[in-house]
Amino acid sequence: MNGSGFRAYKLAFLLPGLLILLAIILFPLIFTIRVSFSSWDAITPGLNNAGGINYAKLFGDVRYWQSLGRLSLMAVGTVLLQYLLGLGLALLVWREVKLRRFFRVLFLVPMMTTPVVMSVVWRTIFHESLGPANDLLGMVGLGPFQWLTSASTAIVSVMIVEVWQWTPFMFLLLLAGLLSLPREPYLAAAIDGAGPIRTFFNVTLPLLAPVSIGALIIRLIEASKIMETVYVLTSGGPGTATETTGYYIYIRGLRDFEIGYASALSITYLVIMIVALTIIAKLLVKVFIGERT
Amino acid sequence: MMPKLYGLLKYSVILLWSAFVVAPFLWALTTSFKTANGVTGGPTYIPWLQYEPSLTGWRSLFGGAGGIDIVKPYLNSIVVTGSASAISLVLGTLAAYGLSRFDYRVGPAKNADVLFFFISQRIMPPIVLAIPFFLMLQFLGLLDSLLGLILVYIALLLPIAVWVMIDFFNNIPRQIDEMAMLDGCTPFGAFFRVILPNSLPGIIVAGLFCIIFGWNDFFFAFTLTFTDAQLLPVAVVALNSSVTPWWSLSASALISVAPLVLIAFLVERFLSRGNLAGAIR
Repeated sequence: MNGSGFRAYKLAFLLPGLLILLAIILFPLIFTIRVSFSSWDAITPGLNNAGGINYAKLFGDVRYWQSLGRLSLMAVGTVLLQYLLGLGLALLVWREVKLRRFFRVLFLVPMMTTPVVMSVVWRTIFHESLGPANDLLGMVGLGPFQWLTSASTAIVSVMIVEVWQWTPFMFLLLLAGLLSLPREPYLAAAIDGAGPIRTFFNVTLPLLAPVSIGALIIRLIEASKIMETVYVLTSGGPGTATETTGYYIYIRGLRDFEIGYASALSITYLVIMIVALTIIAKLLVKVFIGERT
Repeated sequence: MMPKLYGLLKYSVILLWSAFVVAPFLWALTTSFKTANGVTGGPTYIPWLQYEPSLTGWRSLFGGAGGIDIVKPYLNSIVVTGSASAISLVLGTLAAYGLSRFDYRVGPAKNADVLFFFISQRIMPPIVLAIPFFLMLQFLGLLDSLLGLILVYIALLLPIAVWVMIDFFNNIPRQIDEMAMLDGCTPFGAFFRVILPNSLPGIIVAGLFCIIFGWNDFFFAFTLTFTDAQLLPVAVVALNSSVTPWWSLSASALISVAPLVLIAFLVERFLSRGNLAGAIR
């Protein structure tokens, strides 16, 4: 089964998927890079050659850099919270718990729902006088909060929705990791007389390290794109208090139609995200695995 | 004493989180049966006791006053998600099997690089692709069409299918294919007759993920359609203005997330089986 016949089989498996993905992704990407060197906007649409003027401009674009800072804060903050909560929940329903299969699915439900649609519901929940959030917290003497209209709480509200939506994904990845752990190290720890806390830090956490790294990176990748919840909940406001990079580029590109400038912003955004995520991935490996050796 | 306290704490945390998870659904459910009186008087929760329930919100989904006709966007979403998921699943499964079993070399790139190319597509922020997708579909005459959306969604879902499937194939020993081929199967024969039936759990998980990310996508449906090919999330968000009654909003939200929630309960036993995060190493 060697030679050209085998080669044909080999290619028949990979090529259809690879070529279609290349065709759908590569043209848009190259096109965006090309457009980023033009001054395409609503008044003069079309590809001209404007050199690096858009890139020069974005260095002084405070709103852009602020949105990147805000996005980093929200992405890292929500993902860390999701990790801690997801890991805690996965540990809780990992073993002897009544109805554990029911709780496992229930905990997954938010991830199955459409983020923008649930954000619409959350927006009614956060309504200051007619929504239940202030009403229920008021019963225990908290609030009232200006959930979506004050700069500092609006960002918290967006993060609450993100945590509600995506902790389940983290939970799913970590639970699958826990369920596939070998039993022997636990027997050994039990024989050594290690308590639950020592077993967790000495056995579970190290064994789970590869899965933890994978889950954190997957979620960081997805969180680096936060914009839909922002669009529905606050439209980036109040002011620009919750504006993430994706949403800012959307405003410049598809609402103000500054296609050239928005393209330069998106390419820069993409490059920054790739670099940042690569560095974070390396750091995570160091934190989780480096310490053991 | 200690284990008992620990058990109490454990169940309290589980119940607390469960309450947080279901709260938005319960709120939407109760709001969907309200009328103006039930909403503007401040938050109420219990029908009959606190407000008089009505079916206005649910009727508005089918062309009633103050709502939308949800049937067409619903069918659109089913067609686009279904087709894009099916195509991505087929192409992704084939590619993942190839990458798991054979050695490829595309210039300097090897298997790991090709796999990285597939998975790295998830890093791409949607906004980077939105503008060129818009112009590309306009050029092809596919703007505001289901076919155009299906093409775009394949790019979103194919990486997910490859990502889930490669791990399943890597966990099936190569000897199984080799035995099948010794028995006279072609590589295709070995794949279809021996490997594929054994990877059904993986295919279900991959399919579910494709459906989740397809059904729940908003941004591309939002930027690439106007009226004809409007998808469900876009239709619901279009209601998200200050004048839209909350009861229509809640009913439309519930009906659009219902199918996937049901699917979650149906395929639960497959979900936690795949070691998805372990595939990224």
